[in-house]
Amino acid sequence: MKYWIGAAVILLAAVGLALSGINEYFFFAGYVVLTFVVLATAWNILGGYAGYVNFGTPAFFGLGAYSAAVLFKALGAPLLLQIVAGAVMGGLLGFGVGLLTLRLRGIFFAIATVAVIFIMETLMVNWRYVGGATGLQLLRPPVPEPFDSYTRMLFVVMALMAVVAVSVARYVQVSWIGRGLRAIRDSEEAAECSGVPTLRLKLFACVVSGALMGAAGAPMPMYLSFIEPASTFNLSYTIGALGGAIIGGMSHWLGPIVGAILLGSLQQIVTVTVSGEVNVLVVGVLLVLFVVAAPEGILGLFRKRTLARRK
Amino acid sequence: MFSFELLLEAILFGVLLGCFYAAVSIGLSVSFGLLDVPHVAHPAIMVFGSYCTYLLGLYGLDPIVAGIVLMPVFFLLGVGVYRFYYESFEKRGTEAGVRGLAFFFGIAFIIEVGLILVFGVDQRMAQAPYIGTSLSIAGYRIPYRLLVAFGVALVLTAALTIYFSKTFLGRAIKAVAQDEPALRLMGANPVRIKQWAFGIATGVSALAGAMLIIVGPVEPSLDRLYIGRTFCVVVLAGLGSMTGTLAAGLILGIAESIVLTLFGASWAPAVAFGLLLIVLGIRPQGLFGR
Repeated sequence: MKYWIGAAVILLAAVGLALSGINEYFFFAGYVVLTFVVLATAWNILGGYAGYVNFGTPAFFGLGAYSAAVLFKALGAPLLLQIVAGAVMGGLLGFGVGLLTLRLRGIFFAIATVAVIFIMETLMVNWRYVGGATGLQLLRPPVPEPFDSYTRMLFVVMALMAVVAVSVARYVQVSWIGRGLRAIRDSEEAAECSGVPTLRLKLFACVVSGALMGAAGAPMPMYLSFIEPASTFNLSYTIGALGGAIIGGMSHWLGPIVGAILLGSLQQIVTVTVSGEVNVLVVGVLLVLFVVAAPEGILGLFRKRTLARRK
Repeated sequence: MFSFELLLEAILFGVLLGCFYAAVSIGLSVSFGLLDVPHVAHPAIMVFGSYCTYLLGLYGLDPIVAGIVLMPVFFLLGVGVYRFYYESFEKRGTEAGVRGLAFFFGIAFIIEVGLILVFGVDQRMAQAPYIGTSLSIAGYRIPYRLLVAFGVALVLTAALTIYFSKTFLGRAIKAVAQDEPALRLMGANPVRIKQWAFGIATGVSALAGAMLIIVGPVEPSLDRLYIGRTFCVVVLAGLGSMTGTLAAGLILGIAESIVLTLFGASWAPAVAFGLLLIVLGIRPQGLFGR
């Protein structure tokens, strides 16, 4: 119950902010941060709970974005339909990737997901309809009431999506599904032997994670009024999603939120004050630092402190 | 449009390209194939080697000589990296799964962005008499740069094959790959042997980086493409097999060259990744798997 009140308050706050007179840039940057919250949360369902490292975040994200762009170009589909399409396509790709987990684990699975990104990118580069390598300009439809600008509306949409993603992740974590996934992470053989339906759970995690990533990518073409393969299928989404989850802490649904907000805000600040390249460097350095020095992430650091105090 | 002549030429180029791919993958074949280190930063270290070669080239050093000069430096770098990796992950038993992979992925990113910050995103090339000229035999024009890479690749593969089968340390490295606890029972220190092996793998990457800049211009983000190519070759070869690496390199080179001729350059990046996915899906132990 406390969770739902908190979620409602956050959503109301997002709507309130969007209707207030704050500088437009806040929403422009906030949208990106919220995207990373969704991506990190989605990544954590498979990577954190089940221990399968998915480097393919941009593949899902990009597929969602391209599905939305194609629907918009062909039918002028509304945003909601675009997001649903992005989620469905992401989920389907997730199912395909999930089938790979039948035979592949650890680095083999991770490398296979990298392959999926580049294959998707090559397909889009060679697809004339979406503009190939040069990309596609899209004209935003008029902004619906009561929002002043399209970016403000997208900010609210992404906030809603973040709440949905976190709720799903939270449900997965506390239900038997999460217990099953954690069993898979600790020992897949032992889980299978104790009657955990490993394949079904892995497929479920892949589909849910993929659908959330696809949905997160769907509003991107509208946000930029443009879509292009090189930046859509960029590995920086991989490191953003994975970094957010690892830096925040992978064992709890709160971790990816903390990590992604911290990382996303830091990136936005660095991009504005220093440069776009340095912001990727910051993520890389933080990721390595945390993996080496604080493997349980920020949440782990706090938990250690509270445990120490109790003793 | 498509003719036998064209196919023959594609295969010829594929063979040359394939040997080059084998050479750039052989370091990974040691570090990932033999030592089971999830070394996704291998291509990034190689590209770093290319830039070092480029820097030495500014002082008039030939790329191959530069690559050889860099080898001991990279050897030490590799020893350091492995030591660090061992202390922070393997020793604690957390290397499997998420963290070891994330560590090397982060390293790759740091190298890539570091190169962008120092050199910018522009392409860089090396200068040598054999770059930009070509040899004409029987109507075919074969660029010398590919021939040089071909030669170095063969020498490298042969040298490592002999090293791993004939020398004491080489055999020790293979032993570590096969049965580490047994080695420990024999009173050997597996960590030191692995450290040595990882050093060799990284040292070889310096030469591979030199070849990379001989074969074509390099840019900091080139490592992303080579994640696919190197892992494709190593997995296809079957982990840790040196001659297998050569064969797998040839398969990839020929496949890529044929796709390039038939469908154009925009499809070429998908070949390595596609082949990798197929191998992983059908035969993850590779062609010559142990």
